Amino acid sequence: MAQDYLQRYLFLILGFFGVLSALMVVFTKNPVHSVLYLVLTFFAIAGEYILLNAQFIAIVNIIVYAGAIMVLFLFVIMLLNLNKETEPHKNPYLKFAAVITGGLLLIVLVGSLKMADTTAVATPFQGYKGVIKNLADVLFTQFLLPFEISSILFLAAMVGAVMLGKKDIK
Amino acid sequence: MQEIVKGIPLNWFIILSGILFSIGVMGVLFRRNAIIIFMSIELMLNAVNLLLVAFSAKWGDASGQVFVFFTMAVAAAEIAVGLAILVVMYRNTKSTDIDVLNKLKG
Amino acid sequence: MIQVAYLIPIFPLVGFLILSLLNKRLSKGVAGIIACGALLASFCIALGIFMNMDGKAVEVPLMDWIKAAGFTANFSFLIDPLSSIFLLIITGVGFLIHVYSVGYMHDDENHNIFFSYLNLFVFFMLMLVMGSSYILMFVGWEGVGLCSYLLIGFWFKNKSYNDAAKKAFIMNRIGDLGFLIGMILIFKTFGSTDYKTVFSAVNGFNSSSGVITAITLLLFIGAMGKSAQIPLYTWLPDAMAGPTPVSALIHAATMVTAGIYMVARSGLLYALSPVSMTVVAITGLITALFAATIALTQNDIKKVLAYSTVSQLGYMFLGLGVGAFSASVFHVMTHAFFKALLFLGAGSVIHGLSGEQDIRKMGGLKKSMPVTYMTFLLATLAIAGVPPFSGFFSKDEILGAAYAASPVYWVIGVITAMMTAFYMFRLLFLVFFGEFRGDHSIHAHESPKVMTVPLMVLAFLSTVGGFLGIPKSLGGNNAIEKFLEPVFQKAQSQPSLAGGSEAPEIVLMVITVLLAAVSIWYAYKKYVQEKEVPAAEGTKLPALQNTLYHKYYVDEIYSAVITKPLDKVSGFLESIIESKFIDNIVNKIGTAVEWVGGWLRQLQTGNVDFYIFAMVVGIVLMLFFKMM
Repeated sequence: MAQDYLQRYLFLILGFFGVLSALMVVFTKNPVHSVLYLVLTFFAIAGEYILLNAQFIAIVNIIVYAGAIMVLFLFVIMLLNLNKETEPHKNPYLKFAAVITGGLLLIVLVGSLKMADTTAVATPFQGYKGVIKNLADVLFTQFLLPFEISSILFLAAMVGAVMLGKKDIK
Repeated sequence: MQEIVKGIPLNWFIILSGILFSIGVMGVLFRRNAIIIFMSIELMLNAVNLLLVAFSAKWGDASGQVFVFFTMAVAAAEIAVGLAILVVMYRNTKSTDIDVLNKLKG
Repeated sequence: MIQVAYLIPIFPLVGFLILSLLNKRLSKGVAGIIACGALLASFCIALGIFMNMDGKAVEVPLMDWIKAAGFTANFSFLIDPLSSIFLLIITGVGFLIHVYSVGYMHDDENHNIFFSYLNLFVFFMLMLVMGSSYILMFVGWEGVGLCSYLLIGFWFKNKSYNDAAKKAFIMNRIGDLGFLIGMILIFKTFGSTDYKTVFSAVNGFNSSSGVITAITLLLFIGAMGKSAQIPLYTWLPDAMAGPTPVSALIHAATMVTAGIYMVARSGLLYALSPVSMTVVAITGLITALFAATIALTQNDIKKVLAYSTVSQLGYMFLGLGVGAFSASVFHVMTHAFFKALLFLGAGSVIHGLSGEQDIRKMGGLKKSMPVTYMTFLLATLAIAGVPPFSGFFSKDEILGAAYAASPVYWVIGVITAMMTAFYMFRLLFLVFFGEFRGDHSIHAHESPKVMTVPLMVLAFLSTVGGFLGIPKSLGGNNAIEKFLEPVFQKAQSQPSLAGGSEAPEIVLMVITVLLAAVSIWYAYKKYVQEKEVPAAEGTKLPALQNTLYHKYYVDEIYSAVITKPLDKVSGFLESIIESKFIDNIVNKIGTAVEWVGGWLRQLQTGNVDFYIFAMVVGIVLMLFFKMM
C-alpha cells in the first residue's frame, strides 16, 4: 500500500526540486550558476519521466539537454566571458510586471487545462520490456518522414551556425 | 478506502508543467541577458515535454513520446543557431544585452 | 428564325466594340463596311422574323439578369408584330443612313468613332424595342439618351454644340425621372416589370383606377422628354448641331419614336385610363400646332425640319391618345421614311454647298442637284399629305380617329396639316427654285452615289409605303392594321374607346386634301411667283412674326425661370455648405487619422524586451478569452 504512495512522494520531491532549481535559474546573477541550476532541473524532470515509464525519453533528455546543450551554453558563456559584473539591470517596475504576468499565465494555463479527467495515470512503472520497442515501432513507421526531415533540419542548423559564426577573412 | 487511486493523478502533472512554464516565461520577461533568456526558453520547452509524456502515458499512445523526441531534436537545432546569432550580436555590439538592438524604433 | 432574334442586337454591339477598340488602326473604308455590314445583317434577320410573324408574341429568353429578393428581371426579348415592325424600321432605315454617312462623314477625322457611336445607338435602340420588360426597355431608353449626347456633341471642339448635347441629355433625364417613378409604381402594383405579368394582371383594374392613371401619366412624362413634346421639346431643335445623318437617324426615325413605342406597348394600361389618354391626345395636339407655327418662320434648313419632327410627333401622340394605336405606328413608319429622306436630302444640300445651312442663301438648286431635288420633292409631297404618297394614308387615319373622338381635335389637326404643307413647300421652293442667292464662289454640286442611292431608296419607300395601310373606306384591306391587330386588340376593346363611324371618313379626307392643296398653292404664289425671300438677319419683324421667329421665347423663359435660379442655389451650396462643412469634416478626419497614427507609432519602441512582454500579455489574454 505504501508503494502506491511511494510514487506520489517521489513525484512531490522531484517536483519540488525541479521548481526550486527553475526559480534559481531565473534569479541567479551569475550566468554560469544559471546553467548549473538548469542542469539540475533537467535531472529532476528526467526523474519524472522515469515515473511515467518513459525511460528512453528520460535518458535522451539527460544526454541531449544536460549533456550537449548545456555544454554548448557553457562554451558560449566562456567565450563571451560573462560574469556577475557585466550583467545588465532591468527597470524594477518591469520586473514587477513580469512577475505578475507570469503568475497570470500560470493561473490561466492551469485553469484551461483543468478539464482533463482526474483518474490515475496509466501504467506507471510496470516493467521494462516493450517500451523502447513500442517507441521504435511508432517512430519508424508512422513518423518516418518527419524523422528523415529532421536530419535535413540538423543539416540546415549546422550550416547556419557555421555561416553565422565564421569570422570574415580579411 | 478501497478507492485509493493508484498512481499519480494527471492534474498534478498539469500543475507542475504549468508552474515550470510560467517560471520560464518569467525568466524571459525578467532578464535582459540573452543567454538567460535562451535558457528560460529551454525550460519552457521541457515543461511542455513533461506534459506531453504525461498524456502519452495516460492514453497509452506512444505518439506522445515520439513527439517529445522530435521536440528535443528541434530544440537542439534551434539552440545551435540561436547561440550563433548571439555570438554575432556580441561581436557587433560588445554586449549581450537585448535592449541594445533597438534600431527598429518607430 | 425567331430563336436567333438575339443576334439582332449582337451585330451592332460587336460593330461598336470593334470600331471603338480598333479606332485608329482601321481604315475608313473598312470601318464603313463593318458598320454597314452589321446593320445589314441585323436587317436580314429582322426581315426573316417579319416574314414568319404570325401574330403571336414570342418571348426569347437569354439569361437571368437580376434576382434580388422580391424583384426578378430576366434578360429576354419579346418578338411580336409591334416590335417586328419597329425592328424593320430601325435596321432598315438605319442601314440606309449608315451607307449615307460613309459619304457624308468621309472627310471627318473622327470617322471611325462616329460609326462606332452609330452602331452603339442602334444596339440600344434595338434593346429598347425588343426588351420584354419595362426595365429592359429602360436600359435601352437610357442608352439611346447617352448615344444621342455623344452624337450631338460629336464635333466637340465647338462649345455651343457641347451645350446642345448637354441640353438634350438633361431634358431627357427629366423625362426619365417620370419613367423611373412610373416603373417603380408598376413594380409596386403588379410585382414585376415584365410585360407578360403586367398585361395579364390588368384585368383586375377597372378604368379610372387612380394607380393606373398615375402610372400612365408618369410614363408619359418620360415619353415627353424622349419624344420632344411640350414642355420638354426645346432640346430637339438645338440638337441639329450634330451631323445631319445623326439628325436623320436619331431625331427623325428612331430615338424620338421611342416614346411612341412605349405608349403603344403599354396600350392596355393607357386604355384603362381615359384621363391619361386625354392628356396624351391634348399634349400631342398642342405640340403639333405649336411647333408648326414656329416652323413657319425659321430660316435654317435643319431647324425647319426639326420643328416639323416635333409637330409630326405630336400627331403620333394624338393618334395614340384617341385610341388609334396602329394608326400611330403606321405614321411612325411613314414618318421614318420621309423624315429621314428630308434630313438626308438637307444633308446633301449642305454637303453640296460646303456647309451652308441658311435657306436665304440658297435657291435654284433644282438644276445643280437634280437627284436631291427629286427625292426631296417626293418627301415633301408625302409629309404634306398628298395622295397617293405614304403620308396621306397615315395622317388621314389619325385625323379620322381624331374626328371620331372629338371634332375639335380634327379641326386643330387639319389646321396643323395646312401649316405643315405650307412650311414644307416654303422650304422646298426657297431651296430649289428661283435664282441662287448665296455666295457665288460656292459651286453647288450633286452628292456622290453613296449618298444619293439611299435617298432614292427612301424616296421609293415614301411613295409606296402608304399602300400598306389603305383604309377600308377606299377599298383597301388595311394590311398594317391587321398585322398589328393581335397586339392592340385587347387595348382597343376597352369600353372607353368605342370606335367612331366610318361614313364621313371620305368626306374628311377630301377636305384635308383640298386644304393642303390650298396651302401649297399659297406657298407657290408667295415664294415662286412673287419671289418673296424671308427677311435677312437683323431686320425688324412685325410683332407676331418676331415671336414665332424667336420660338415664342421659350428657351429664354426656361433659362430665366429654371436655369438661373438653380445656378444660384448651386453656387450657394458650393460656397457655404461644401467648403465650410463637408471639406472641413473630411480634413478633420484626415487629421484625426494622423493623430491616432502618431499615438500608435509609440508602440514600436524597437525594444525586444517590450515586444516579448507584449507577446506574453497577448497570449494570456487569448487564453483567458478562450477559457471563458
